[in-house]
Amino acid sequence: MSSYNNTARLTEARRVAIFGGTHGNEMSGVTLVNLWMKNSDEIQRKGVEAKPFITNPKAVEKCTRYVDTDLNRAFTPENLSAPAGDELPYEVQRAQEINKEFGPKGSPEAYDVIFDLHNTTSNMGCTLILESSKDLFNLQMMNYIKKAIAPASCLVLLNEHPLLKYSTSRSVAKHPVGLEVGPQPQGVLRSNIFEAMRVILKHALDFIELFNEGMEFPSCTVEVFRVSERIDYPRDANGNIIAMVHPNLQDCDWEPLNPGDPMFQTFDGKTIHYQGSGTVYPTFINEAAYYEKQQAFVTTRRETLVASAIRKA
Amino acid sequence: MEPVSFPPLSSIAICGGTHGNELTGVYLVREMQKQKVDKIGSVSISTVLSNPRAVDVCRRYTETDLNRCFTDALLSSPITDSTPYEVKRAQELNAQLGPKGSEKAVDMLIDLHNTTSNMGLCLIFYTVDYLNLQIFKYIQSKMPSVPVRAMQLEIPLSDAYSLDALGKHSFSIEVGPQPNGVLRADIFNIVKEAVDHTIAWLQEFNSGSTFEAGEVEAFTVVKSVDYPRDPVTGEISAAIHPQLQDNDFKLLKPGDPVFLSFSGETVKHEGEELYPLFVNECAYYEKKIAFHLAQKRTFKFPSIRMKKD
Repeated sequence: MSSYNNTARLTEARRVAIFGGTHGNEMSGVTLVNLWMKNSDEIQRKGVEAKPFITNPKAVEKCTRYVDTDLNRAFTPENLSAPAGDELPYEVQRAQEINKEFGPKGSPEAYDVIFDLHNTTSNMGCTLILESSKDLFNLQMMNYIKKAIAPASCLVLLNEHPLLKYSTSRSVAKHPVGLEVGPQPQGVLRSNIFEAMRVILKHALDFIELFNEGMEFPSCTVEVFRVSERIDYPRDANGNIIAMVHPNLQDCDWEPLNPGDPMFQTFDGKTIHYQGSGTVYPTFINEAAYYEKQQAFVTTRRETLVASAIRKA
Repeated sequence: MEPVSFPPLSSIAICGGTHGNELTGVYLVREMQKQKVDKIGSVSISTVLSNPRAVDVCRRYTETDLNRCFTDALLSSPITDSTPYEVKRAQELNAQLGPKGSEKAVDMLIDLHNTTSNMGLCLIFYTVDYLNLQIFKYIQSKMPSVPVRAMQLEIPLSDAYSLDALGKHSFSIEVGPQPNGVLRADIFNIVKEAVDHTIAWLQEFNSGSTFEAGEVEAFTVVKSVDYPRDPVTGEISAAIHPQLQDNDFKLLKPGDPVFLSFSGETVKHEGEELYPLFVNECAYYEKKIAFHLAQKRTFKFPSIRMKKD
């Protein structure tokens, strides 16, 4: 059913959370959220209750990604419904607390929007992560942000893959938005990366304010990169990696990778080529945290999504 | 300068994983161990994974920084149940590759490190050693497309705290920028080449070649600068300024920006013109160092050859 000619009426987005420190060593989000917890002037908008929040304080204190288990994979139905208790891994306990405060996930009481701030060691620039191609509100907001920061670029990664999609902290909200900025080493705060993330949030909050005031956002198209496949490093029988991301692929996030292009380089200098059936757009190339998740990079395919016009109900 | 001769250099130790999340050294040592590299010509080679526990968990260290455990005091401290793992490991390494300062110590020790700073390929020396200077010049000449520099920290041997203090002649190879926990192929290839050139030089030296006198520029650290911090919480209140970020080894003049605070103020460099190094190194936040400042000096060295008895 085509809704291109209809304006979708959506409930106002009053309750907005900004999560930092979901991974305790991704410093832009930790720094921004700490800043705004001390002084929230910058994130105030008319008609919006914006709450900055450190999701994984123990990991932040140790400047480590997580303490027991990855918080950004912990919001599964099993974990959220497990009986509460001290024997649960720290991050599962945290997930239950966050779900209580900002959810419950899937219910009408859940927060309207959650921005989850992340950094990556990959050369991804500014990336917005979308969890559903049908989320009109998010699509319109991402379109607004992209236009606002042009000519600087902000790409949209869509992870709707039935197997590769994961249960994020932000998934507790009705409109979850991932914000991933790189490249930045873990534990390091780079000024340019920090300021880029800050600007994107500024535009995001501007959009929400305008929307809540009743502005209509006309139908738009949004180019997205849809997650297709996870590619692991070549490994030996003991699980040790036996090759590295090839110098020609390193830092080339979002650039086309064609069948036959160099993909990995062994320690003694041999090239392993990409054997896919067509051109893909790799991203999350050589992310530090993904060695243990068996991922050297993900492939994506380019797609154009159409979002109908939206307006506050 | 008078020519200088040294005894043959027949044993070299190549160490990686002194910091468990600096992956180039970890993988180069593992690869050399897989290839069972133990002798090349006249040079016998030990490959050592310095901090295996830290490597296993991909962290800099488990209890304390191994690369600060090689002072005379710590190497001779009694071991008890509460002795940190890294202090015990340092004593094991001292027995294996040293003892520090003795005749039995390995002739040369190269310790492989990565930094999140944009340092290119940097050799780190603790004392001015004509052999090290000759090798530095040799590597520079063989790798013209890579920025190859040297940094010097003047520290007397008893106070020398790092792993390379164990060898008779040693240096660290520090290469960046590379994030902790990441293995970049371009950096790996550069470090492997530098190690290969060092071994090739040792063989030439051992075969009786004379290496000509010369001079090189190196950077001597004179002080360190911390981040501006909140006086109450101790949290940093500024980031390295975009004009300083990634500009290691570029002369810093008074008035040049060094920090950009979260509220938008610029902090400027005051004092003499100096060269910044280790700008925004991840591991130095806890050591209260945003960057080091160094003077550039010229070091002259004589011609050297192997001592023939």
